[in-house]
Amino acid sequence: MRLDYSIVANWVEPNSQVLDLGCGDGSLLKQLRDEKNVHGYGLEINSENILRSIQNDINVIERDIEGGLTNFADKRFDTVIMSQAIQTLKRPDQALAEMLRVGRECIITFPNFGHWKARLMLATKGRMPVSDLLPYEWYNTPNIHFCTFKDFDFMCRTLGARIINREVIANGSAGKALQGLHPNLFGETALYRVSKD
Amino acid sequence: MPNPLPQNSVGIVSSKSMLFDTPLELACGRTLESYELVYESYGKLNEDKSNAILVCHALSGDHHLAGYYSEEDKKPGWWEAYVGPGKPLDTDRFFIICPNNIGGCHGSTGPASTNPDTGKVWGADFPALRVRDWVHSQARLADRLGIEQWAAVVGGSLGGMQAMRWALEYPERLRHCVVIASAMKLSAQNIAFNETARSAIQSDPNFKQGHYLEHNTLPARGLSVARMIGHITYLSDDGMGKKFGRDLRSGTFQQGTEEPVEFQIESYLRYQGSKFSTAFDANTYILMTKALDYFDLAREYEHDAAQAFRHAQCKFLVVSFTSDWRFAPERSQEIVDALMQADRDVCYAEIDSPYGHDAFLVGNQSRYWDVFHSYMSKVN
Repeated sequence: MRLDYSIVANWVEPNSQVLDLGCGDGSLLKQLRDEKNVHGYGLEINSENILRSIQNDINVIERDIEGGLTNFADKRFDTVIMSQAIQTLKRPDQALAEMLRVGRECIITFPNFGHWKARLMLATKGRMPVSDLLPYEWYNTPNIHFCTFKDFDFMCRTLGARIINREVIANGSAGKALQGLHPNLFGETALYRVSKD
Repeated sequence: MPNPLPQNSVGIVSSKSMLFDTPLELACGRTLESYELVYESYGKLNEDKSNAILVCHALSGDHHLAGYYSEEDKKPGWWEAYVGPGKPLDTDRFFIICPNNIGGCHGSTGPASTNPDTGKVWGADFPALRVRDWVHSQARLADRLGIEQWAAVVGGSLGGMQAMRWALEYPERLRHCVVIASAMKLSAQNIAFNETARSAIQSDPNFKQGHYLEHNTLPARGLSVARMIGHITYLSDDGMGKKFGRDLRSGTFQQGTEEPVEFQIESYLRYQGSKFSTAFDANTYILMTKALDYFDLAREYEHDAAQAFRHAQCKFLVVSFTSDWRFAPERSQEIVDALMQADRDVCYAEIDSPYGHDAFLVGNQSRYWDVFHSYMSKVN
């Protein structure tokens, strides 16, 4: 099980209603259904992922979330999840605002661009970081809106979203030890649980 | 029939017929005292009768879903690409049945049948039908075959409307509902096309107010034009352009000549229209297009589609095609939105295809095949 999925799963109430934006192959929704009896829908645009989701027997809807979530009523879902997708959107702020409207709580995970490796690469090589976590060149990456922990905190404040939980995932023992000390520097993946009343 | 026959074809098939002599009350208030349903089936019904799939046909369709009638038969059934061993509707796993709807003209009781009250051909006096009438008649077919619950009810276009109606009328009698290139109701534009097609038929001097069979005549020209209008709406502009372009079948644009010009598309439409006009009944065409026009899934649920779908218990697969402008992807998205509002289980895929509304019938579309096949492989 992916570490970020297990953290996300901990934040989702059993028997609740979930919307997973950019649900990928549907494995998170499948896990939530099997382990927590969650009823959910996944929105996805990648045709391979849609096929995998159907094979995973989850409710997958082909839809571009950039078009908004206007078809969903306010607070329709208990939890709206966006895992590793917000950095690929044209307007992450509008997406988060919509998530906060249709969900009582929102969970967002994203790669932390403030991680020391990214900073080091930009500082020493003067080039955009390419790593295991971000395996793309600047010109072919689907990730068009990178942000750091601090940036995301700032966006939440701007949108009036309250941060309920914030977690960091770091690989390697040094990173694990240091992530609590300085998450923006040592956290590779950021996980936020936010809401707006 | 191709020689050798591909391994994934159901091969040579024949149709069966079943007579129902308990009166069927119709939505229009009239009653059919008795009726006959012609159908085909493929695969084997298992012991507990749990592997049956009902396929509902579309406007001009019939019960010949797959296979060939003889070794000389050139054309297979209309869904040959998707019905057979290893195909999405897998005859190794499922027992698949497709009836010709009442009101049809391929064996089931319809306007060309004899009215038992008068001893004459029904013609235009055949009762008006709605989608729910077909659903009720199909439920009786299931009863007679001992099928309490369909593994799935599947349909494209007008067939998709029947599948959705099944989910609302007999919620406990199907586990899956597959709705392809369909809509919860027609748009004004759809109705306008249907009315234009009906007008073409009715204005044919041979129509005789629908009693052409009694007069030993056929409104072939009207029906042919109706089919041409329909055909145009089933294809996409792009697809038509790619297939026919502005290519000429005969004549020339050369200056100084008066030779008449015929475009490929003109000759194609004329051929399709004329072929249809001898194979299909004009009254059936009118009756089926009216059933399409009347269909409104949510009408008796306070026009709230989500409220309607709360009555359903099955899981849904909804599929649309990008170039379908007759039942555009937006119409399918409305179905999906209503299903999500109603908390029903649903998968939705929008297939990139150049084939317009007809795409749901066209083979060799890998993504359509994959989505359909993957979903059906989860049906048990």
